[in-house]
Amino acid sequence: MSRTAGEAPDRLAGLPRTALLLAVLGSLFVTLPLAGLLLEVPWPRLPRLLTSSSSLAALWLSLRTSLAATALCVLLGVPLALTLARARLPGVRILRTLVLLPLVLPPVVSGFALLSTLGRTGLLGGRLEAAGFSLAFSTTAVILAQAFVAMPFLVLSLEGAARTAGNRYETVAATLGARPHTVLIRVTLPLLLPALGTGTALAFARCLGEFGATLTFAGSLQGVTRTLPLEIYLQRETDPAAALALSVLLLAVAAVIVLLTYRRRS
Amino acid sequence: MTRAVRPEAGRETAARPAAPPALVQALALVTVIAACSAEPAEPDRQELTVFVAASLADVAEQVSEQTGLDVTISAAGSSDLVSQVVSGAPADVLVTADEATMARAEEEGVVEEPRPVAVNHPALVVPAGNPAGITGLDDSLHDARLVICAPQVPCGAAAHELANLAGVDLQPVSEEPDVTDVLGSVTSGQADAGVVYDSDVLRGGADLERVEVPEASEVTNIYPAALVAGTDHDEAAEAWLDALTGRSGREALADAGFGVP
Amino acid sequence: MTTADSPTADEAPPGSTTTGDDAAPLRTPPADGAPAARVRASVAGRAVDVDIAVPAGQVVALLGANGAGKSTVLGLAAGTVRPTAGTVEIGGRTVAGPRWVPPHGRHVALLAQDPLLFPHLDVTANVAFGLRATGLRRGEAARRAREMLEIVGAAHLVDRRPGELSGGQAQRVALARALAPDPAVVLLDEPLSALDVAAAAETRQVLRRVLRDAGRSTVLVTHDLLDVLAVADSAVVLEGGRVTEQGPALEVLERPRSAFAANLAGVNLVTGTLGADGESVHAAGGLVLHGLPDPGCMPGTPAAASFSPRAVSVHAEPPGGSPRTVARARVVSLERQAELVRVRAATEGGLELAADITPSAVAALDLAPGIDVALVVKAAEVRISPA
Repeated sequence: MSRTAGEAPDRLAGLPRTALLLAVLGSLFVTLPLAGLLLEVPWPRLPRLLTSSSSLAALWLSLRTSLAATALCVLLGVPLALTLARARLPGVRILRTLVLLPLVLPPVVSGFALLSTLGRTGLLGGRLEAAGFSLAFSTTAVILAQAFVAMPFLVLSLEGAARTAGNRYETVAATLGARPHTVLIRVTLPLLLPALGTGTALAFARCLGEFGATLTFAGSLQGVTRTLPLEIYLQRETDPAAALALSVLLLAVAAVIVLLTYRRRS
Repeated sequence: MTRAVRPEAGRETAARPAAPPALVQALALVTVIAACSAEPAEPDRQELTVFVAASLADVAEQVSEQTGLDVTISAAGSSDLVSQVVSGAPADVLVTADEATMARAEEEGVVEEPRPVAVNHPALVVPAGNPAGITGLDDSLHDARLVICAPQVPCGAAAHELANLAGVDLQPVSEEPDVTDVLGSVTSGQADAGVVYDSDVLRGGADLERVEVPEASEVTNIYPAALVAGTDHDEAAEAWLDALTGRSGREALADAGFGVP
Repeated sequence: MTTADSPTADEAPPGSTTTGDDAAPLRTPPADGAPAARVRASVAGRAVDVDIAVPAGQVVALLGANGAGKSTVLGLAAGTVRPTAGTVEIGGRTVAGPRWVPPHGRHVALLAQDPLLFPHLDVTANVAFGLRATGLRRGEAARRAREMLEIVGAAHLVDRRPGELSGGQAQRVALARALAPDPAVVLLDEPLSALDVAAAAETRQVLRRVLRDAGRSTVLVTHDLLDVLAVADSAVVLEGGRVTEQGPALEVLERPRSAFAANLAGVNLVTGTLGADGESVHAAGGLVLHGLPDPGCMPGTPAAASFSPRAVSVHAEPPGGSPRTVARARVVSLERQAELVRVRAATEGGLELAADITPSAVAALDLAPGIDVALVVKAAEVRISPA
């Protein structure tokens, strides 16, 4: 097909047709199961299912813990990502590998890892117990488990972007008289805001969907540690329809997060 | 004069659209993978597929060896197994961990003639050494970390029934979706006490101790087994079930801590 | 005039400018006689060992081939490079050596080829950045930023974003940003090399006005002879990490003693006064060179004409025809340069010019030292710039 000057720009952006076909396959691969799920949902029963006390308790708990865990990820993950990307200290490369390990671990294994450190008989857990801080079966334990599995997502997003961006702007800012603290807040972070947004959204989504680590480390009790995924797993036993309804709820929350954070900046 | 062009016999002259080479390769790959994973159809082999609740997996294996049949065992949570059978999974025998789940299978019409094959009773367990000094389903549980199954799961229902009989109000710190999780909490020392099944006490080994609860024998959880409707291997299935309920089966069950109906 | 010692971070520059004042507010210079900056240090890993002083109020051009160590010297001054031995002093205060002062405490300004304007801030916020970073209130910082933009001739860009600026505009804004905090020393690393010829010429005039005319202590790293002419007071030549020549700018260029300066000045350079027509340089001995003037050339002011030896043709007699630059000269030497021959000839006024011609032309003219010739210089290839 020939294009004459003045026609609309190429919608395919120069991609070969086969790439486009594979892209279609890829999107079907992801969207068809979701569509299948939505078809199975008992829509008429949805309002009652979603407003039951156990469902609301699970949703509220999930939101609270995911927000807290994401905040923890940001607080620790941003400095960590920047250090990994820019500091020239010995051991940085090993540290980077270690930090990304939770990505690879099955969540239950992450749960075991947390138990062995912070559990009652664990490395630090025993001392914490003695000092009066009981982590076992608590909401705090849920937050820690979620943060543990979600942090690599934040660090990964941010570190790549920080490395690419380099630190030329930071050098300029320093010569203009800005102290390191000022440089971080007024130059580094604003420039990394898109990557930070993506990383935070990913981390939050991961927190929301976390199951194995929280169950292993924190247990499952309504209102305290039974997050939405755990509630879904439990409902499966007796009321698969309720499980589906709650799954839709989880999907909806996830969709909202993604929509809010993946807006294109013009 | 124009010469009529006749297509040669047996040959199409329509133009073939050229399929993008990458797409053809992708489809070929998908087809090959699908073909490799499909089981070859061998109608004459004495093959049996048994869907069994996870807690009975070991017993099922032992029984299968005794029968000499070629048995494929699929162990999972009972409700998952029922869902799979309802969706058309190729099972011949179904063994569930409680009667309620089997009833669901009956409602869906996928099983025939369920019969009880094993029973289990709840058991109160504590980590080895009994660090919290639990003496039974009594006041010693007040400040202790008790872990049980969620009431939606058979062992959770059993725990609550037991508590009712003992006249105790349970205040668990966690209600797990699977008895294995409860067992894990106790053996790792995270929990001070847990309510599992008799069969799980053996599984816990040296990491836990049992605390006797007199009312436990009054709470019974029945494990039913049934033929899957429409199975091609009736004879083999019946033979298997006979083995399970026969002497060797009962021995295997007793070794694993189960009771017999 | 008070002499202040080591200005501190929270000391505001003395006095304030009124709008319309062309010269930027001057920082009170350090104790009389002390240079604005002194780098007397070495960096083992980069084979650099120098002793360079920037006199207060002067622009020092730092010349040298790529890899000669110019960026390292700037890095030593700015604080991005640590010396392995020696000291660095800024404004009379030691900032490297026995003690270490990081870049943000040094009061230097760094400007490179890439303006590196902060993309998330608009022009005014960019220029005000250094002022805000040291604690100045937002309103006051914005006001001074706008003043600075006025001084560099970019006042009309106040509300633009960096992405909307051309190369030359961005570089001017970056200059304003660098100067706003009133640095003790300005460090420029080939600031014009990324600009096209026209933008470079304009920006060069801004640099001249805002740095040399205003008396700001500056180190200017450059390859371009025109930058040296227009902006620098003195020149330092670096070769292999060491200083091989230094002195007043024109002297280094006209009478180069180092190989690099000679190469740089392998271009013909003739200084004189710009003629009334604005397009010719009147030099010693009545020589008049016609050429293309840069903006900023004013008739009657000192100017320099620069042109390649290839723009010069050699004739036995002055050819007739349209008015061109013709100079009578006597051949001084002939030297083979790859496929051409470089003919050096001296005019009656004592100016030595070089012409590159083919060996066959040399033969046809029967050239030899002592022969009188007429040199014709192509006006289109002569650049005239302020000196």
